[in-house]
Order: sequence, then structure tokens, then C-alpha cells
Amino acid sequence: MSVQSNDQAALAAGIRKSDKPLGRNDLARLVARDIKPGSFVNLGIGQPTLVSNYLQPEQNITLHTENGMLGMGPEATGDQIDGDLINAGKIPVTELPGASYFHHADSFAIMRGGHLDICVLGAFQVSATGDLANWHTGAPDAIPAVGGAMDLATGAKDVFVMMTLLTREGVSKLVETCTYPLTGIGCVTRVYTDKAVFLTGPGGVQVRETFGCTLEELQDMVPVPLTAAPAVGG
Amino acid sequence: MLNFPENVNEAVAGIQDGSTVMIGGFGNAGQPFELIDALMDCGAKDLTVVNNNAGQGDQGLALLIKEGRVKKMICSFPRQSDSWHFDAKYHAGEIELELVPQGNLAERIRAAGAGIGGFFTPTGYGTMLAEGKETRILDGRGQVFETPIHADVALIKALKADGKGNLVYRKTARNFGPIMAAAAKHTIVQVSEIVPTGGLDPEIIVTPGIYVNSIVKVA
Repeated sequence: MSVQSNDQAALAAGIRKSDKPLGRNDLARLVARDIKPGSFVNLGIGQPTLVSNYLQPEQNITLHTENGMLGMGPEATGDQIDGDLINAGKIPVTELPGASYFHHADSFAIMRGGHLDICVLGAFQVSATGDLANWHTGAPDAIPAVGGAMDLATGAKDVFVMMTLLTREGVSKLVETCTYPLTGIGCVTRVYTDKAVFLTGPGGVQVRETFGCTLEELQDMVPVPLTAAPAVGG
Repeated sequence: MLNFPENVNEAVAGIQDGSTVMIGGFGNAGQPFELIDALMDCGAKDLTVVNNNAGQGDQGLALLIKEGRVKKMICSFPRQSDSWHFDAKYHAGEIELELVPQGNLAERIRAAGAGIGGFFTPTGYGTMLAEGKETRILDGRGQVFETPIHADVALIKALKADGKGNLVYRKTARNFGPIMAAAAKHTIVQVSEIVPTGGLDPEIIVTPGIYVNSIVKVA
């Protein structure tokens, strides 16, 4: 897929800058708008799940859930609830026309074989080179649980992260080097936050959009060098 | 030789102390609760259990853990809001945990059933879950060597079986069933319905009967 052309489309839509930080739903709407039509997508548990609320039928997006399904529909309600039909978060969901079921090894072959266009994940930290930390705080008494995070991070063609830019203590989650245990190395291509959208990769961190702050103000919050993405211009 | 035990207790009667037992299911979907309850009743202990999770609430695998029958869990996601029995055993140091990325768990089980001695995968490379494992750079990517997970017994749930042991599943309750059936030396399946041989369309069979040893119908 072409990330660049998507970004240009986003710019053409006039969402390069907003006056205030984005809320969770606005951010989910933005991610949904950036997903190229026809994509196969896996939405992680938590905030990324909100993205499904904003996907438009004309985008023709197929959602994958790692417990063995393509063509997942919205969360089930009332009589639709069926214990045999759940998503990765173990929430009852629905199936859309054209859905398919498969066993777990096939489901992870879809990820690990590079067949998914995009996965959207939450994160504790993302590094300037796209390292991801999202599965374990490293606290000695914490019970570690990884699920499919490492497979998604290394397998999807594009890994988008959704997170608040700052912790509750005001510390940037976009960092030079992750201090939490890693999920994957150099895997994150974009970071969607309440304050800006960042493009990460070997060339460093570029800012595609800002929300309620200038690039200079953003730089004061983030401990890695930021540049404006070329398409953003001056 | 395929058999059809009268009930779940008869089906699990041969499970020995110290066995490695694969249990199907992702959360509660596809979890063979009746077979797990029978495993509890049969008294087998010092079990190594392979499952995606480590039990939820106060039923099934969670109870097996609570009763101290499980000495080791091999799983990808033990910690959940209602995994209190595992949490307690873990914090008390009374259960061993081998934490495996979910795709590695699935592929290691698949590898066992397919006779594969091991495989390299990028999943987990450079993370603490790859510590101590052999690594290589293949096709320009760091990859980690992973080994198959074999089991003495698999307990799984399917929707229907026929007289040859062929199985079909239902929706996302399929999950680990087919690969566990192939990976275990002895596979015990609980189904909602047993149909006569020929009663399942050969084109839609998911698990061929060659992988299945015992089938028991549960209400």
C-alpha cells in the first residue's frame, strides 16, 4: 500500500492542523479515514477498536480477528450475542456477508505471512526508529501476558499506534529508546496521538499533523528530534 | 482405533499424572468444559496444560488451576480481569508459566502435528521472550528458532463428528481445535452431535478423523 498517497489525501481533506487536542473518538475517526480502501486490517484491543466505528462501507475494509475470522462485523447486541462468535478481546461480535473462519495457525499465518495491510495497536512507548513497547510494564510483580501483539507488530505491512502522547505524569511516550520491554523492533510506521500524527522510521520522526500545538511546542514535549513531513511544507 | 465413550468420565479415564494436556478454546469459545470437569474428577495431577489463556472465572481450566492440578501453563495470555485463580497460584510461586506469543503458540502446536522439528520466525526477535534462543538473520530479518509443542492428550470441542471421527466446528470456537488434534498423541473431542458416517460433506470437514481418538457427545 502507499502510505504517502494516503497522507496526501489526508492533507487534501484539510486535516493538517486542528486548534485543540483530539479526543479518543476524533483520533479513531482520523485513523479510519487514513485506511486505504480495500485494506485487510486488524484492530488491537482497547482504543484501536474504536476505529471500527468510523470505517465507511465504501472503504470496503475487511477486519481480521486473530481468534480465527475475516469479515468481522460490529459488536453483537441482544439476540445477536453468541458465545461461539467473539473477537480477540473476547467480546461477542457479528459476522458480515463474505466472512470466513479458520483455525489459529492459519489466522496467525495471515499476520506472520505479511498478508495484513494494517494493524492498529495501543502502546506504552514508541521509539524514534519505530520500536514498540506495548505488552509488559516490566514491573517485577506483574503477570506478563503477550497475546498476539508480537505477531501483529512484526507481521503487518503497516503498524499504526494510537496513544496519548504524554503519560498522566506528563512524560512523552514517544522516546529515543524504549525503557519498557519491547514488543517488536522498528515495526511502527505511524503514531496517532491526541497532539500530533508522527511518521516513524529509519529517517527519524516526522510530524504530519498537529492538534492544538505548534511544531515548536510539540518539540518541547518530545525528547526526539522532530521534522515536518515533506508533504506538510512550511 | 477410534472409540465413542459413553460419557466424559470414561473418555478421560486414561489421562496419567504428569501428562501434557492441550485444551482447546480461546477464552470460553471452544473450551471443552465438560471434558475439563471430567479431568478434574479423574484426579490426574502435575499436569502441564497448553491453552491460550490460564482460565477465566470459576469454571473449566480456572478450577483445575485452583485445585492445584496444573504444575505448568504454556499460554500466551494468562492475565485477565477474571483470571484470579491463576494469578493467586502465580504470585504464590505454585505454578510455572511459559509465556509464548500467540502466533508462536499456534505455529509450535501446528509444527508438532506436522512433524516439523522447529522453525525460524521474526516474532519476538529482540524481545525478552527470545532470550536464550537461537537467532539468525534470514532474508535480512532477525529471526528466532522455535520448537514444536507436543502433547500426550488434547481435549477439544467441535460441533459435529461423524462415525469416522471427522469434525466440523462452529464460528470462532474452532480456534486451536484442529491443530491440537493433530499435535497430541491422543485426542478426545466433545461434540454436540454425532452423525452417521457419510453425514458430513467431505468438502467441509475441517479435522479429518485420522487425528481423532475418542468422541463423546455432550448435551
